[in-house]
Amino acid sequence: MSIIVDKHTRVVVQGITGNEGAFHTRQMVEYGTDVVGGVTPGKGSQKFDGIPVFNTVKAAVDATGANASAIFVPPPFAADAILEAVEAGIGAVICLTEGIPTIDMITVRHYMKDKNTVLIGPNTPGIISPGKCKIGVMAGYIHKEGSIGIISRSGTLTYEVVDQLTKRGVGQSTCVGIGGDPVIGLKYVDLLEMFENDKDTDAVVIIGEIGGQAEEQAAEYFKKYMKKPIVAFIAGVTAPPGRRMGHAGAIVSGGVGDAATKIKTLEAAGITIVKSPAEIGQTVISVIRRCK
Amino acid sequence: MKIHEFQAKQLFNSYNIPTPKGQVVTSAEEIPQAIKNAGTFPLVLKAQVHAGGRGKGGGIKIVNSVEEAVHVSSKLLRKTLFTPQTGEEGKPVNHLVIEEVLHVAKEIYLGITLDRIKACITVLASSEGGMEIEKIAADSPEKLFIENVDPSIGLRPFQANRIFFSLGLDPSLSRKMSGIILNLYRLFIDKDCSLAEINPLVVTEGGDLIALDAKINVDDNALYRHPDIASLRDLGQENSLEVQASRYNLNYIKLKGNVGCMVNGAGLAMATMDLIKHVGAAPANFLDVGGGATSQMVTEGLKILLSDSDVKVIFINIFGGILRCDVLAKGVVEAARQLDIKLPMIIRLEGTNVELGRQIFAESGLTFTVASGMGDAAEKVAEALKGGSYEVTNIRS
Repeated sequence: MSIIVDKHTRVVVQGITGNEGAFHTRQMVEYGTDVVGGVTPGKGSQKFDGIPVFNTVKAAVDATGANASAIFVPPPFAADAILEAVEAGIGAVICLTEGIPTIDMITVRHYMKDKNTVLIGPNTPGIISPGKCKIGVMAGYIHKEGSIGIISRSGTLTYEVVDQLTKRGVGQSTCVGIGGDPVIGLKYVDLLEMFENDKDTDAVVIIGEIGGQAEEQAAEYFKKYMKKPIVAFIAGVTAPPGRRMGHAGAIVSGGVGDAATKIKTLEAAGITIVKSPAEIGQTVISVIRRCK
Repeated sequence: MKIHEFQAKQLFNSYNIPTPKGQVVTSAEEIPQAIKNAGTFPLVLKAQVHAGGRGKGGGIKIVNSVEEAVHVSSKLLRKTLFTPQTGEEGKPVNHLVIEEVLHVAKEIYLGITLDRIKACITVLASSEGGMEIEKIAADSPEKLFIENVDPSIGLRPFQANRIFFSLGLDPSLSRKMSGIILNLYRLFIDKDCSLAEINPLVVTEGGDLIALDAKINVDDNALYRHPDIASLRDLGQENSLEVQASRYNLNYIKLKGNVGCMVNGAGLAMATMDLIKHVGAAPANFLDVGGGATSQMVTEGLKILLSDSDVKVIFINIFGGILRCDVLAKGVVEAARQLDIKLPMIIRLEGTNVELGRQIFAESGLTFTVASGMGDAAEKVAEALKGGSYEVTNIRS
């Protein structure tokens, strides 16, 4: 099955005529994603590779029935782009942008509280249900259709894990990049619930890192509600405190968010921790075998 | 981005938050004139560095005469200050504040920060001022008062009032305190802060409220819309290699170790550092070249890794997505030719254009060790370290 995106997903790309938007739209179309429209204010009524471009998200939704949006818009305008997509009634918004001010994301999260939209990101490589739909920048060819759900705060580290699994013949149901920022849309706990209820997902891989308490929340949720196994890798055991390690959300501050504590908390909840990033794929296989 | 105490106090003043009388100087010669603005002795000299623990490091000194002030400031300025929080390299002192000494009746903690889980701005206050907030939260959580801000209405006066009455202060201070709380909040949202802290906020014997210390961190992602704040950046407080890297849009953080690493992607970069430790070595740095890296950026990144004399082995771990393996390979080969690299280099490539990348390395005529996966790469790194004169067992992790 998969979660959030599948063969029925109809995507509008906000920022379709920009450098990033244009390049990745072509890649998504090549993968088989149904891109039904694009939005670039001022370029409405143009076409991009035969795809209609609109001035506003509302116009795009009215004309195409798009139910998902990919946002390739620079940081000063990205939060506004998310708000526009939510207001237009888009079901799933995927915001790829890195560098959105945190206070803007607080406004976005607050606005979204009573809406039916789910937000993935920002600062994410996107979401892919292999064989069905890819919304984002990940290389489609490393993925394989299967039954492992992946939730990650990272980009290339996710590709590493996917590659390890695919090379061992283990496919993925859906891979979700929740992003590297401190304030994001869907969190681990939201996706764990979806994966637990997805009949085609047998196990979940969590790729976490320092900063915040999202992994600890996931451990709590797992203990209380989940039957499917989780394998987790937490990056940043060697990260020094107080420094932002690339991602805006990857910072140990006020003594909170270090990798060792996350690892201890997850292990205590019954989640299998992988110590070396080179062994994630292998560990997932042995955990699935144990559960069968 | 961090700013100095004196810069934060200037911001406080522009938001009507009172600070002690004082002045900042950059040389001991300016001290006699500055004293006129600070008031009568005793006065306090405070070294301005982007690190806490200054008192413990001898960076905060009471002085009782002009001569003493000049003497102490000449000992502090243009020298390196070492505190428990500066790390072993310490921080250079290029600015010094000379300030009046307050007659303290009570010390309050007041701070504004972000709650990632609730996705809101949060105000923290405690009657246990002067202590680290983490210590208050751990030792006496009942003395920590938290007020969350609803984005639709902002921080309201009734909330400032609630904070005030949690602190056990004399009711006559209510108006002044509420004013400071609301003004600090306005500063926080106006300037896109990630932290705005007054610790301690002092109640003087005379009944005034004064911010004795000031700490402001600004969201790096928001600097584009605050050129005034961005101009306050003090490169002297940052590591010189890190500053050099940022000029090339490379994300580099210096650590202490013997394996220099270059990776694309922050998560993979952290995982690579962890992997290096896992095999008994020590990562010398964090370096994320990012998806948009050009061959020139890769060359500059390698130069920076090589300027760290502790580095004995170079480990390049790339999973090409947006970054193409051939672009990376060209940059590495170019750097190796320019710099005549003598250190062992272990390279692991995967992803976009991987075959082309491997071909470029094979045809370069230079000596690289190409690994097949992360596990294989890590073993080769450990091997390369054994082969040199640097023993793996001597590494401090």
